[in-house]
Amino acid sequence: MNLIELHQLKKHFATQKAVDDISFNIKEGSIFGLLGPNGAGKTTLIRMITGIFLPDSGEILFNGKKFNPNDDVSKIGYMPEERGLYKKMKVGEQALYLAQLKGMSRGDAMKNLTKWFVKLEMESWWNKKVEDLSKGMSQKLQFVTTVLHQPQLIILDEPFSGLDPVNANLIKEEIYTLAKNGATIIFSTHRMEQVEEICDQIALINTGKKILDGTVHQVIQDFKENIYKIGIDGTYENLNPSLFTIIQHKQNEIKLKLNEGITTNQLLQYFINQQVSIRSFEEELPSLNDIFIKLVENSSASRTFLQQN
Amino acid sequence: MNKIILIIKREYLTRVMKKSFLVTTLLVPLIMFGFYIAIIGISMQGNNDIQKIAVIDNAHLFNGKIKSQKKELRFFIINNETEASFLPKYKKLGYTSFLLIPADTSKVYKGKFILHSETSVNIITMDDIQELINNNIRTKQLLANGIDPQKFEEATKDVYIENTIETKEGSKKSVAAVSYGVAFFCGILIYIMMMTYGTQVLRGVTEEKTNRIAEVIISSVKPFQLMMGKIIGIGAVGLTQFLIWLILLIMVQFAIPVFFPEVIQNMGQSNAMASENVQIASITLEGLSALPIGKIAGCFIFYFLTGYITYASIFAAVGSVVSEDHQEAQQLITPVMMPILMGFVIMTKAVNDPNSTLAVFGSIFPLTSPIVMMGRITSDVPTWQLALSMFCLIGSFILFTWITAKIYRTGILLYGKKITWREMIKWAFVKN
Repeated sequence: MNLIELHQLKKHFATQKAVDDISFNIKEGSIFGLLGPNGAGKTTLIRMITGIFLPDSGEILFNGKKFNPNDDVSKIGYMPEERGLYKKMKVGEQALYLAQLKGMSRGDAMKNLTKWFVKLEMESWWNKKVEDLSKGMSQKLQFVTTVLHQPQLIILDEPFSGLDPVNANLIKEEIYTLAKNGATIIFSTHRMEQVEEICDQIALINTGKKILDGTVHQVIQDFKENIYKIGIDGTYENLNPSLFTIIQHKQNEIKLKLNEGITTNQLLQYFINQQVSIRSFEEELPSLNDIFIKLVENSSASRTFLQQN
Repeated sequence: MNKIILIIKREYLTRVMKKSFLVTTLLVPLIMFGFYIAIIGISMQGNNDIQKIAVIDNAHLFNGKIKSQKKELRFFIINNETEASFLPKYKKLGYTSFLLIPADTSKVYKGKFILHSETSVNIITMDDIQELINNNIRTKQLLANGIDPQKFEEATKDVYIENTIETKEGSKKSVAAVSYGVAFFCGILIYIMMMTYGTQVLRGVTEEKTNRIAEVIISSVKPFQLMMGKIIGIGAVGLTQFLIWLILLIMVQFAIPVFFPEVIQNMGQSNAMASENVQIASITLEGLSALPIGKIAGCFIFYFLTGYITYASIFAAVGSVVSEDHQEAQQLITPVMMPILMGFVIMTKAVNDPNSTLAVFGSIFPLTSPIVMMGRITSDVPTWQLALSMFCLIGSFILFTWITAKIYRTGILLYGKKITWREMIKWAFVKN
């Protein structure tokens, strides 16, 4: 079942079409990667899903019904890319306040908060002011305030930036757990290696338009170029170009692109017949990073995107 | 609705729990009260030091004796000395200062006498000496011309005009200076409170925006709820402060008779024997009790709240478009400050002349009325003017919160761009 369905969503500002006819669905309980260079329209899209903006046209279905910001925002937890907390407020009070704004009772909020603080070893922070926390610490706090009210939909914009590897792993595990327990997670990022690792499903957005969506596996399959690496002993001359084109031929390794219509078995058969001793055989799949660079290459935003990766 | 209360609660509590709030609310009036007590106390005790003043009476005005009604001033006529011979030694002989009366009588009656002293003589002593010497000279002159000084005194006595206000509860004495003072004070107070709490709203909104908490909050509540919650919360802080001051003021009224029973004894009777300060204090208290305190406090609360919310919503809109730069805020805020300042200027005129055209206009025009009306409040403002003024203010309050809410909603999420007034106005009227 789809938790969220976007149908032909549009949002135009005076100077640009921030979101221009975007549709996709997000399955309940999945981790969805929303990707795209800066200025692609991710934030605008997220703001429409969180009820901050109303779309100019199109509609959002939440739980199969038309999205109603008044009721549904309490089922959403949103962590913006630019973190925000009241600096002068104490950690515990602040988390309770934000949970209450999401419609939780103070008692329930307190119960959940205690659980989270114990789990993430934050108990001693209760009476600290936010301004006294380190960047990583306030990041953790922000994460807790985002998920405290047990939202059905959790939107995380670059959740790992500013976290050390240990804490990043901790949060990653929590994200998996939340998804396993039925929460749906939208994960917006530039960091492709994280997307490949974490996400089930992705959508790429550029200049307000959806360029592609699908499961990570599917996308990679769609963009693979039949490139294989064969580990061998020594070097060989006179290889048959009708089956493949050689991309790189190093000592002990050949990288090649299989020609159209040729199967891997045919390829291996050929090498075996040539008396080549094969040590390893591996398909080289494109990384999401490669795919995205390729897709956004021609847009004006690609330069900044490339710099960031 | 529940959420806006949460926001109000947070805005209110975080401010009221701050030490600085406690200090300004309690300490400032206490310090002022302390000063007040000290001043009354000192002036009632008077100066206990006896001042010995040597007089060389070259004109023979006093026949060797000067009568002094004040205990602490004593005059001693010095004979057989000149200015030059006495000047170096008067201090050694135990005199505080020394007064020289010139021999030339034509100079005596219009000229100046010289009082020699080592340090400057304080103003009260100076006044006393001057009054004594003048009285003596006048008496002498009257006698010389065959006029009985006592009869002259009676003939030149001033009458004292007292203003009595008839109300249903009976008649009260009104004191012009007191009602002037109260009006002026109320006008200034509302001006200061609007400025202080208005800028607090501005700072709060800018803080939320630059902290980026705004986006988190408005993914839970509507921007309008956040804006109004902040404005109301901070306004409640102002109201709390005002009420605490009111209570302190009432306590002071009770405290004065305890500390200075003379003040109350003198109320209602012009006792010639009472010291001047005691009389002033009694008259002030009488004047205060003649004022319609309930009406003034009620109007104050009304004008503070509606005026404050009108301006605070403008301040919030301005705060929402400021990204980082405080100078940017300063530029945008100037046009907002103008009508407040104008209100203040009109108010200073209105307390003197509460029914002038300017004062009436200023007290009805909604951007200046909170301040100007408070300046007129102790005069008898016609009911229709009061009603019209309140009506206009409520109207503009609704209009401004509606417009500014639209600006706020757009501004709070916009970063990195310098916004002009023209753009803000465009947002206000764009259908969104």
